Amino acid sequence: MERRHFLNISGLAVGSMLVPVFGRAIAAEELLKPMAVGAKKALADTALDAATKAGASYCDVRIGRYLTQYVVTRDLNVEDVTNTESAGIGVRVLCNGAYGFAATSDMTPDGVAGAARQAVAIAKANARLQSEPVQLAPLKGVGEVSWATPVQKDWRTVPIKDKAELLIAANKAGMDGGASFMQSMLFQVNQQKYFASTDGSYIDQDIQRLWAPLSATAVDKASGKFRSRGGLSTPVGMGYEYLDARAADKIRAAGGVATLYTRSYDIVEDARAAGRDAKRKLTAKSVTPGKYDLVLSPEHLWLTIHESVGHPTELDRVLGYEANYAGTSFATLDKWESKNFKYGSALVNIVADKTTPGSLGAVGYDDEGVKCKRWDIIKDGVLVSYQATRDQAHIIGEKESQGCSYADSWSNVQFQRMPNVSLQAGARKLTPDEMVKDVKKGIYIVGDGSFSIDQQRYNFQFGGQLFYEIKDGKIGQMLEDVAYQSNTQDFWNACTALCDERDWRMGGSFFDGKGQPPQISIVSHGSPTARFNGINVINTARKIG
Amino acid sequence: MSILNQEQTKRICDRVLSYSKADECVVTVNGSRNGNIRFARNAVSTAGLAEDTAVSVQVAFGKRQGTASINEFDDKSLERVVRRAEDLARLAPENPEFMPTVGKQDYKRSATFDARTAAIDPEYRAQAAAYAIEACRKNKLVAAGFFADGTSFSSVANSKGVFGHQDQTMLDFTCTVRTEDGRGSGWVKRSATEAARFDPREAADVAIEKALRSVDAKALEPGRYTVILEPAATSELLGAMLSGFDARRTDEGRSFLSKKGGASRLGDKLFDEKVNIWADPWNQDVPVLPWDDNSLVARQRMELIKDGKVNALQYSRYWAQKKGVQPTATPGNIVMAGTDKSTLELIASTKKGILVTRTWYIRMVDPQSVLLTGLTRDGTFYIENGKIKYPIKNFRFNESPVTMLNNIEEIGKPVIIGGDEVPFQMSIPAMKVRDFNFTSLSDAV
Repeated sequence: MERRHFLNISGLAVGSMLVPVFGRAIAAEELLKPMAVGAKKALADTALDAATKAGASYCDVRIGRYLTQYVVTRDLNVEDVTNTESAGIGVRVLCNGAYGFAATSDMTPDGVAGAARQAVAIAKANARLQSEPVQLAPLKGVGEVSWATPVQKDWRTVPIKDKAELLIAANKAGMDGGASFMQSMLFQVNQQKYFASTDGSYIDQDIQRLWAPLSATAVDKASGKFRSRGGLSTPVGMGYEYLDARAADKIRAAGGVATLYTRSYDIVEDARAAGRDAKRKLTAKSVTPGKYDLVLSPEHLWLTIHESVGHPTELDRVLGYEANYAGTSFATLDKWESKNFKYGSALVNIVADKTTPGSLGAVGYDDEGVKCKRWDIIKDGVLVSYQATRDQAHIIGEKESQGCSYADSWSNVQFQRMPNVSLQAGARKLTPDEMVKDVKKGIYIVGDGSFSIDQQRYNFQFGGQLFYEIKDGKIGQMLEDVAYQSNTQDFWNACTALCDERDWRMGGSFFDGKGQPPQISIVSHGSPTARFNGINVINTARKIG
Repeated sequence: MSILNQEQTKRICDRVLSYSKADECVVTVNGSRNGNIRFARNAVSTAGLAEDTAVSVQVAFGKRQGTASINEFDDKSLERVVRRAEDLARLAPENPEFMPTVGKQDYKRSATFDARTAAIDPEYRAQAAAYAIEACRKNKLVAAGFFADGTSFSSVANSKGVFGHQDQTMLDFTCTVRTEDGRGSGWVKRSATEAARFDPREAADVAIEKALRSVDAKALEPGRYTVILEPAATSELLGAMLSGFDARRTDEGRSFLSKKGGASRLGDKLFDEKVNIWADPWNQDVPVLPWDDNSLVARQRMELIKDGKVNALQYSRYWAQKKGVQPTATPGNIVMAGTDKSTLELIASTKKGILVTRTWYIRMVDPQSVLLTGLTRDGTFYIENGKIKYPIKNFRFNESPVTMLNNIEEIGKPVIIGGDEVPFQMSIPAMKVRDFNFTSLSDAV
């Protein structure tokens, strides 16, 4: 039985990407019809009441309406336009010290009350296996409040025709630039989330996110070789204004090897450059393996931060709750308790937050009704905290939750998910070009590529999109077949320079998987361009057949 | 409401088709009831149940297509969803690659439903978790795991007379057992359509044994080794490669199956002659629906690799028409031929080698050669003179499944394994492979 429904998006730079598709397809005009707050409150109260009457000591209810629109283009064709809606209610309860959860798309009072009673029955069945009762950090109800992503242009109001034309224009530019094939996509998300709990919170949130990935592939049929270059945009917690391509939001990569983007993105310009780069990759020099000083752009480094700092400092992993799937973590509690575990060099300051405007993780309240905030995870290179939810806060001596609870759907139970986790900019004024001047033998990497890391987050391997040789302080020729392998602690302790805040920007993941059943989350990671000395680079070229 | 029978869905499909004024109409009705229990640190962490049912309508006017769905099934709602799909189709851009919906198909029923699996309740799930938790508590070990079961139905129909309805069940159990000091870790996975094939005690015991045997791992130098790969170590590698058996990408020159000069490797001997891999919806171990959900094309047995030769590629309906060949349904399962040899027999015939029981975090490094990277996990052992000598630390590998299937020395007995990051149910054997490329050591346990 095929248990998951995937949209198979082939042709991205790293091969094929399987994107989970939730929900039902609906007509475009329906995207704009929200459910009335009063009706949501009445349904929530029905569930809270039914759960309490059935014996729950705590109950929270999430009424969700999740809207997505995907526009997929290939070369000069629109391959797919999909609008989906998924609406329903998820009820989580505590009974006899154990959790129970049930969800239904039946949004009638009877359906909702039935789900609440089902959740209590499940909690009772689980309680006999519970070794210690769930302990929730105190939380005062906030009454009736609301929060919305600040957007200038709501993607739901932009005609599909305009979106299709923009993507086709990008594909055409890529092919003009040198690509044999182009693919570009627009993922747009609106989450209408209503949270209510027996603590007395009724929180209505309207969240918008957008991502416009592309891939250019150049084929040389004579040699049988093909190479791809992915786009250099980032997924954002913004509206359609991200695609406005403002000149003020463009910056030049070190050595002028690429144009990079900050608060808006020029997809047509980047597609043209991607076509040109993909073609150049066909004849680029294959890297000589060995130790190099790496200069990593924020378009690349976000993914290394995500895998080697974001995931290992998730408290549920540290404690063993993810042991069966994503794994555990090398960043164990004893290292944190020692107050001197050198995660990285003294330059490394890493902050968790769910408040940065434009980031994927920015919301007003998490999925347990906790107001979002910002805190240190690594301070001057030392591990100082983790990412915790209400039932974990007491384990790290916190009096309140850090607000890291998230569920990707009304039908899945909320659990600990990564907030935005970002590397702070350097205090000393430094541009990427100035950073390169000090490097004798290095590689400049722009864009994210292949990624893999072990289940305790020690050993990792990363690729990228663009690789340039650095020789005696100058950026030289394009390289290919580059991947670097390192150990998390070695890598972060090899961090020897950071550019300043003028160069700080975010990358992020639109489809970060974790948990069982698997749930998808969204998270941004900011950083400046950073330098790491003496990192092991391998050559990935192979011959088959 | 979530599980509808054939009579009910046929009525819904007929009603929808009767409302459509478009050139053509395709209806799908799906419903599911999924339950699960998750445990960690020897206690239940979460458990839940989710139900959902929906009807989806796809219509086309010429080359313009629209899709809409609804989860209400009265006549008024069904008519409304058809009108919405039609409105959307009128606004949609023309798709030059549009293909009209398929004509009559022969959907030969496959055995995807089991009444015992459908009857699984919260008590059953809690008991499945309890076996592992209690056994681990007794042995001073720590269990984490996940049991999920589901019952669903799928109905498809179109305006050219196609109709199919089938019920499905599934269960999936994974369990990781770790020593309290974190120096040993073992894992097990069991997937089945039929509950009778699942024994939670047997499964928990496998993970426990691996955890106990993996303590105090020694470090070996990275390099090329003869390896015995259990099915959980190769399933994702094979899945990643077989997802790429696509005719269009091959013909366009952007697949590992494309050759110099623009030709394809179809018919070439790319793998060891012992390798035979096919898809078969009626396979008794890994039955899947007899149709492809997206195209409605009836699935057939499809020999992908025969005696080491690339035997077939997948043709979408558009590409098949362009190339003048028959379209193929996307496979839902993967079956690889094996032998009667147990993994112990493969070990017994190995002078020096490494037993890999699981691989993890596998990602494409270079699609040109299907170079994949990933790591061993939860039980890796050194073999000498036909016996497991001691546990070893985990390795990162950089290897292509094409090379792996070329370097096969011996094949074992197939077992059922569900896909994790690849969308296939699989029946694949353990394999002994020479020169497998480990590129670095990992400290992870």
